[in-house]
Amino acid sequence: MTQSNLQKTPLCAACEAAGGKMVDFHGWLLPVQFEGILAEHKAVREAAGMFDVSHMGQIFVEGKDAWPFLQYINCNNIKNEPGAGVYSHILTEKGTIIDDAISFCLTPEKFLVVVNAACIAEDFAWFEKQAARFDVAVRNESARWAMLAVQGPQAVEQVSKLLPQAHSLARFHITEIELFGAKGYLTRTGYTGEDGVEIMLPNDRIELLWNALLKQGVKPCGLGARDVLRLEAGYLLNGADADQTRTPYEAGCGWVVKLAKENFVGKDALAAQKAQGVKEKLTGFVLQGPGVPRAGCKVFVGAEEKGVLTSGTYSPLFKGIAVGYLAADAAVAGNEVELEIHGKRVKAQVVKTPFYKNRV
Amino acid sequence: MHTEENCRFAKTHEWAHVEGDIATVGISNHAQEEISDIVFVDLPKVGQQVTAGQNCCVIESVKSASEIYAPVSGEVVEVNTALANDPALVNREPHGNGWLFKVKMTAPAEYENLMDLTAYKATLKK
Repeated sequence: MTQSNLQKTPLCAACEAAGGKMVDFHGWLLPVQFEGILAEHKAVREAAGMFDVSHMGQIFVEGKDAWPFLQYINCNNIKNEPGAGVYSHILTEKGTIIDDAISFCLTPEKFLVVVNAACIAEDFAWFEKQAARFDVAVRNESARWAMLAVQGPQAVEQVSKLLPQAHSLARFHITEIELFGAKGYLTRTGYTGEDGVEIMLPNDRIELLWNALLKQGVKPCGLGARDVLRLEAGYLLNGADADQTRTPYEAGCGWVVKLAKENFVGKDALAAQKAQGVKEKLTGFVLQGPGVPRAGCKVFVGAEEKGVLTSGTYSPLFKGIAVGYLAADAAVAGNEVELEIHGKRVKAQVVKTPFYKNRV
Repeated sequence: MHTEENCRFAKTHEWAHVEGDIATVGISNHAQEEISDIVFVDLPKVGQQVTAGQNCCVIESVKSASEIYAPVSGEVVEVNTALANDPALVNREPHGNGWLFKVKMTAPAEYENLMDLTAYKATLKK
């Protein structure tokens, strides 16, 4: 695919002007890096960095049954308190993962669901199908909203110069904002393991925010740093670590499954799997030898192939780190395994995730 | 000493610099910029035979692995052990202290077939 066939976010030109090296990411032209992945990683862990996440989706759910509907299509308990957001998985009837998303309550009858870019069309179709027996309207507004993630220990302070309410916004909460003459949303969320916020504004206003933060010294960061940061923080990459062949239990996210809820899509399948136990489990690995583990590397326990990596990278904090699906009997923290990297077996240790635990 | 000007280049972005029958091998400045943030170099072993145009080494950056092809054939007689502790040397000094390995050439004519800097730079403009 040539670059001209790719979808561009409203920040594409600004990213290129800031030195962004643009790549094809699931059909979107996005920056993989600016100054460099290591420098950007450091900025987010120690100061503040910003990421264009305008490709992500915004689906609004409105109506008398908005909350019961979201409770039905999510395995976690969605909160119906205005301002509160909940991370959850959206499942098939088989209990496998369509997407992971955050549902924010704006009013008891209006919610905003922020979904992964690659899943927007499928999520929206699934929402519409499931909405038929509820009194709700589902609107895909992804095309009109741009989104900027500002992350790092200084992120809230930086954003509060423009939006003072950032200071008092609680983790996983949302508030409506007005900025540059337009209405938008501010959330205390992120995908880096640091404190931070995400700001949604109409497409034509986002560059004003980017430029203001750039002037304040917030570092532009790309997908490369974002992937290292999220893997260190133990967050799933949907499409790699989770997909429609894996359940939340297998993906190590049992905490998002609330079997005590009256009903939700995938509940029966998950209840059965919980009773039986999982055969394979998403597991963390830290490399003990030299090299960088990558998605697709085989995992060996002794001579036996027992799993495969779904994500792996070089972490400036932990060196070679990875997650992958491993036979449940081998997925015990402290176990020694070997990862096959470029045809060579390198020792690694099974560890509990997240690799990185910090403020959030 | 090897510099960008006195090296010869493969189209796959490795350089070689010859003294006697020993070729020092590294990657071009363009290649290190493209790879960026080098975090590990999996060097060949001393004594290993390498063949011109064939994969003999892997350079890992944060985001990807890049295969390095031998620009000339022969036996590896030395590797740059400084890269074990400081792989980013390849980013900082691709033509100096960031060299990769030295080969005792078995087919010196291969070196003559590599490009000079002007010809190599012309390939980057395409």
